[in-house]
Amino acid sequence: MLVLFTNAGGQLQNDNTKFMSEKKYFDPEDLKKFGNITEFQEEMGKKFFDWYGEVFKEGALTKREKALIALAVAHTVQCPYCIDAYSTECLKTGSDEEQMMEAVHVAAAIRSGASLVFGVQMMNHVKKISM
Amino acid sequence: MGVKQNTKSLSVRGGQMADTFYQLKVLTGREMAEAKVTPFAEKLVQQNEFPLKPHSLEVFQLNIGKLCNQTCLHCHVDAGPDKKRENMSRADLETCLRIIKEVPDIKMVDITGGAPEMHPDFRWFVQECRKLGKEVLNRCNLTIIMANEKYRDLPEFFRDNQVHLVSSLPFYSKKRTDKQRGDGVFDDSIAALKLLNEVGYGQEGSGLVLDLVYNPVGAFLPAGQEVLEPQFKSQLKRKYDIVFNNLFAITNLPINRFLEYLIESDNYKDYMETLLEAYNPSTVTGIMCRSMISVSWDGYMYDCDFNQMLELKIDSPGCTHINDFDVDKLLSREIIVNQHCYGCTAGAGSSCGGEVV
Ligand code: SF4
Ligand code: SF4
Repeated sequence: MLVLFTNAGGQLQNDNTKFMSEKKYFDPEDLKKFGNITEFQEEMGKKFFDWYGEVFKEGALTKREKALIALAVAHTVQCPYCIDAYSTECLKTGSDEEQMMEAVHVAAAIRSGASLVFGVQMMNHVKKISM
Repeated sequence: MGVKQNTKSLSVRGGQMADTFYQLKVLTGREMAEAKVTPFAEKLVQQNEFPLKPHSLEVFQLNIGKLCNQTCLHCHVDAGPDKKRENMSRADLETCLRIIKEVPDIKMVDITGGAPEMHPDFRWFVQECRKLGKEVLNRCNLTIIMANEKYRDLPEFFRDNQVHLVSSLPFYSKKRTDKQRGDGVFDDSIAALKLLNEVGYGQEGSGLVLDLVYNPVGAFLPAGQEVLEPQFKSQLKRKYDIVFNNLFAITNLPINRFLEYLIESDNYKDYMETLLEAYNPSTVTGIMCRSMISVSWDGYMYDCDFNQMLELKIDSPGCTHINDFDVDKLLSREIIVNQHCYGCTAGAGSSCGGEVV
């Protein structure tokens, strides 16, 4: 398995460090370069950023609510960039630590529930083939 | 009730950060060059606004003393209970009154500190300004009202003198407020807000204005006032039945204790880059230094409160102290800018009255 995280000091957190000594994924500095994705495909990149900007504007949901949803989704997709970005955004838009942690619990609950609910399928199958 | 101090003032603790010259070195130093934070002046050059000039003198701001009942971690004034020496003299207050009287353009007297109410001449000075027909804005930290029995009648005093109040409440929850301002601050602030509401402050139709100031509890910028104000209003109403007029979202500037916090928490470079990224050219027209001067406890004049704290005295030859006040000289001065100014131009801008665009 490849190494996915570096800690704050940039050190790799995995036994595979011997293969990866100098390389690292998810460098926080890379987030600042996100806008550069237009370099390889300008039209689509631009459309994405326009749409993204539109999505996070105040609408039927407030900016604060959208930031909390984004934070929860960021945990579901386990994207370190998004977790950093939306932790800041949640604070900026006026959420506090407790609210943010509750959002993460919501994400985790849906995620684990989604696994657990397949237990019904398992049970169905077990019952079908059992005497 | 009562407030527990989080820290002591930089000047009492001593060390490099107590020296404003050192702070300026940090603001313009190697790390900033490496982070490619463009000199602020260059930004102004790019939009033909350099040198930055004032366009009026509407606000006369006085920092009447650094004595405060709190020692907030982010305080750019470096105020606290240990700052007993810095108090404006009666003679200087009288000079200020004369200036306020003689300059009709001055519409508002903006009193700040420390906790200005702790100054022995505070009430007298407010009353004199009101007699001159000027709007008086007082930056009240709220907890002072609860700090001692002798301050408990401040709400009535403010009401009787129609003082416009601007008060800090960094968040509508205890945990985050106390983290920044000291244990017990939130509870005392709520108690004080209730007293202010009782005498009419923040109530519709009363004409008594109570504005709250939100400033981030950490190394991030505030979202827009339009995002935060409805939340503050609904939360304070729902949880405590408290009302207020406007919420001002203010950016923390990298000066004094906030600069110390940024450095110690390893957020300094990122914070400065964030300020730079958020630079909004359209804020420059309305930044507060273009319509104010700020007077320090010892009578010297500055372009703004922040320049005052960095001891960047006004660039107005022969007119740097209130004793030599000359409105024409002041209006033709060049405003001194430095890297901390990025705090005033980020996003929707920031000033003592909140956003500027
Ligand atoms: S921020 Fe205001 S209340 Fe806090 S220590 Fe400074 S002057 Fe006092
Ligand atoms: S800190 Fe802000 S108000 Fe002060 S001189 Fe700079 S831009 Fe003007």
